[in-house]
Amino acid sequence: MAVSISRVPGRSDFHMQAPAKKGLPSEKILTGLVVAIVVILSILPMLRLVQEILAPGGRLSIAAVEAGLSNPSTWTATWNSLVVGFGGTILAVLFGTAVAILVSLTDVRGRSAFVLCFVTPLMIAPQVTALAWLQLFGPASPLLKLIGLAPPLGTRNPLYSAQGIILLLGIQYGPLVFLMVRAGLRKLPRELVEAGLAGGAGRWTVLRTIVLPLMTPSIIGASALVFVSCVGNFGIPAFLGIPANYLVLPTLIYQRLAGAGPSVLAEVAFLSVLIGAIAMAGIVAQDIISRRRDYRISTTSLPVEPFELGRYRVLAETIMWLIVCAILVLPLLGLFLTSLVPGYGIPLSLKTATLSNYSFVLFDHAAAKSAFLNSSVLSVTAAVFAVLVAVPLGYFIAWRVSWWTKILNLTVEMPYALPGVVLAIAALLLFLKPIPLINLQIYNTVWIILYAYLARFMVLALRPTVSGFHQIDRSLEEAAQVAGAGFMMRLRTIIFPLVAPVAVAGGLLIFMTALSELTVSALLWSSGSETIGVVIFSFEQGGDSSYAAAISMMTVALTFLVMLASNFLAPHLPNGVLPWRD
Amino acid sequence: MAGLTIDQVSKRFGEHEALSNVSIDVADGEFLAVLGPSGCGKTTLLRMVAGFEKVSGGRIVIGGQTMSSAEHSLPPEKRKVGIVFQNYALWPHMTVAENVGYSLKVAKVGRAERDRRVTEALSLVNLNGFGDRRPANLSGGQRQRVALARCLVSAPSLVLFDEPLANLDVHLRASMEDEFADFHKRTGTTIVYITHDQAEAMALADRIAVMDKGKLAQLAPPRELYREPANEMVASFISQGIILPADVLTAAESGHCRVRVLGQEVVVRCRPDERPRAGAKLCCRSPELEAVGAHEEGIPVAIKRVVYQGGSARVELSPVERPDLNLHIEQADPVTLEAGVEARVRIKSGWVIPEAGNAS
Repeated sequence: MAVSISRVPGRSDFHMQAPAKKGLPSEKILTGLVVAIVVILSILPMLRLVQEILAPGGRLSIAAVEAGLSNPSTWTATWNSLVVGFGGTILAVLFGTAVAILVSLTDVRGRSAFVLCFVTPLMIAPQVTALAWLQLFGPASPLLKLIGLAPPLGTRNPLYSAQGIILLLGIQYGPLVFLMVRAGLRKLPRELVEAGLAGGAGRWTVLRTIVLPLMTPSIIGASALVFVSCVGNFGIPAFLGIPANYLVLPTLIYQRLAGAGPSVLAEVAFLSVLIGAIAMAGIVAQDIISRRRDYRISTTSLPVEPFELGRYRVLAETIMWLIVCAILVLPLLGLFLTSLVPGYGIPLSLKTATLSNYSFVLFDHAAAKSAFLNSSVLSVTAAVFAVLVAVPLGYFIAWRVSWWTKILNLTVEMPYALPGVVLAIAALLLFLKPIPLINLQIYNTVWIILYAYLARFMVLALRPTVSGFHQIDRSLEEAAQVAGAGFMMRLRTIIFPLVAPVAVAGGLLIFMTALSELTVSALLWSSGSETIGVVIFSFEQGGDSSYAAAISMMTVALTFLVMLASNFLAPHLPNGVLPWRD
Repeated sequence: MAGLTIDQVSKRFGEHEALSNVSIDVADGEFLAVLGPSGCGKTTLLRMVAGFEKVSGGRIVIGGQTMSSAEHSLPPEKRKVGIVFQNYALWPHMTVAENVGYSLKVAKVGRAERDRRVTEALSLVNLNGFGDRRPANLSGGQRQRVALARCLVSAPSLVLFDEPLANLDVHLRASMEDEFADFHKRTGTTIVYITHDQAEAMALADRIAVMDKGKLAQLAPPRELYREPANEMVASFISQGIILPADVLTAAESGHCRVRVLGQEVVVRCRPDERPRAGAKLCCRSPELEAVGAHEEGIPVAIKRVVYQGGSARVELSPVERPDLNLHIEQADPVTLEAGVEARVRIKSGWVIPEAGNAS
């Protein structure tokens, strides 16, 4: 029997065959396809934007730049952007780092439940956060009315201010800092802390002289990311700043475009590049700062043993859950109560509470109805497409490391790293005229939004997929190769099944982000292609907070459902793919 | 017919030359071990034979067909070689039977035929009835056997082993060694076995190729490697050979010659073409040295360290005249030598390392 296995007839004649053709056609086709997709989604819009600034209409000119620079509103908005950018970043970093240290280094209980609650605001769209907070503090706040603390009608909502924007940006992005610092703290080898304690240093000294310095890379990295997010954020300054006429660059662009239409495209293109430049400056500053000293941790070991808080433990836990109340429970409660109010200023009671706002947006309002459909189709399509592209793309980036795969990776990161307005303007410029050759007009249709979503969110599926590939031993593919499987066969039977859970988790993140996305669609929507984010925004601008609240509640509920459903994937995922899982 | 010829193969990674001019002929049915310290290029060699790396120069021929040359490289999936990976590389999303049958499925072998051959291969590695299990539920040894079954189900004419026992504990290693030897005997497949473990290589291989810094240092059967190392690297790498400066005094006569080493004249083994020369090197194995009494003829040595190893001790010492040389001997119980004292050691025999550039 053994012999029959080693000498199967018909096998040895293989060696007589002519050598196979060089290279693999299917692999080359797929490589070309993936590269083409990245070029179309990432490189093309950026090139178009740069061209518009430097050479509008094909001729080199700095007229657009000069026009932009001479307009005083540009300077006001830039200053305001920097104020809320730095303010929001400082608040988020202080808040997120403090909570990360409390949760990671002390023996507080109920950690995973807390992390889930604390990180959830990150999953909720900024404009929903803004709406929820507005409902909490305004003169019409049903919650304040219930406890008799509401200011008289007509009083200005205190959140309509720079301070309000900074506060909400800090709350929105504090969890982001928390996640990055917590990841850093988990990698901190416990010996480093124990050596400090053994050297006679107290806990506070160890925290100040060992833990925090070693966390510098995480904190700096988080600061840069948060700064870019704050500067590029549209939802919060749109809801809180526009009523107070406090404009930042993204809202200035929105107002210009909404007022004058495509005729001001060249001017707003300059503004969007200005935001892009500010964001890039933040990233470059991070790079310079983190190179100044060596913070590398060379050893791997068990994480730090938690400090015992003793009698302060209950106090710390109380603070933790008060934070959850403040940033999650109360705003959502405010939002929920508003969604039940029959009309502006009417006090909410068991008698007046109504579900008519829900039925109105679901069944009666045409734009809202189509927005639900549009946003669902857009986010599902974007998610599915991103997953399908992320697997081969991640494969090339993680396993076929070479100069061009590195460029590919950076290129995909760009549309997400830059503020969403930048991409939206680039897409407008790209598709204002029909696409040449095929003469297809996607401006003023839902397709231009889909294009922008694909470009912007691709990286959300790519990042976890690449980290998934890094965790899989390459020899699993090589074993299939030795077994005779060609590239497509390996992709289908080995590679895809192995990374599917991570890629799908990335797809879910895209779905959640895209579902109530506002920044991009606010600039790209047209009648008939409204998104949920746009409809919430226009209801709120028109004073119909109850309708806006009702739609927001539904998206929040859907987000929670997706988070819940994705937990089924959790056992198959590397750490950190689902941010809310501790 | 399914022999392997590695013909003057070189591999460069940028500026770094990972392999230079390696030539090895593996006969059909031979078990060749490739042995060397980490970083010597043995894994690169295996990956080039499998087709994962392209060659920078030279040729790789399997069963008469050129698989790799500088201009042309057949992709791994067309080479029909089998590999047993160090970490087994079992696909976690497939059952044991699906893992084993994968190559047959790729080759579009019919269902019934496939099942039959999978069952056959599993019984060959003593895993009957394990087909429905998942790799995650198997022990290390069982996983290794699944990997072996997966590799042999497609009846490759050449099987490559990439340090297959490195992840197993000592007891399991011995039994898997037996199993590999058994597998080779039964199937007669040509095997190239990469390892850094000398004992493993000695126990299994017909011939061993010792690699050093990207070059082939020596290719010989295990016994010859031990007794007649071709150069200093092999001499010191294999079983920690002791290298001593010596002058050859007489020409070789029936494989022996007289040398002067550390002031002592000894008759040692040598190549038949050895001629009298100064500055030669002698390779001694520790059993070829013995401690002698204070008044007997021998080399005065200072004992530096005595490490008791149960039943015997490893004694490290240096000649009094040449404190830069390090020698070691074994002394059986009762161990009388101790560190810090002087003693005398006699060289019983040894092997004159052939003059460099005079390889046979």
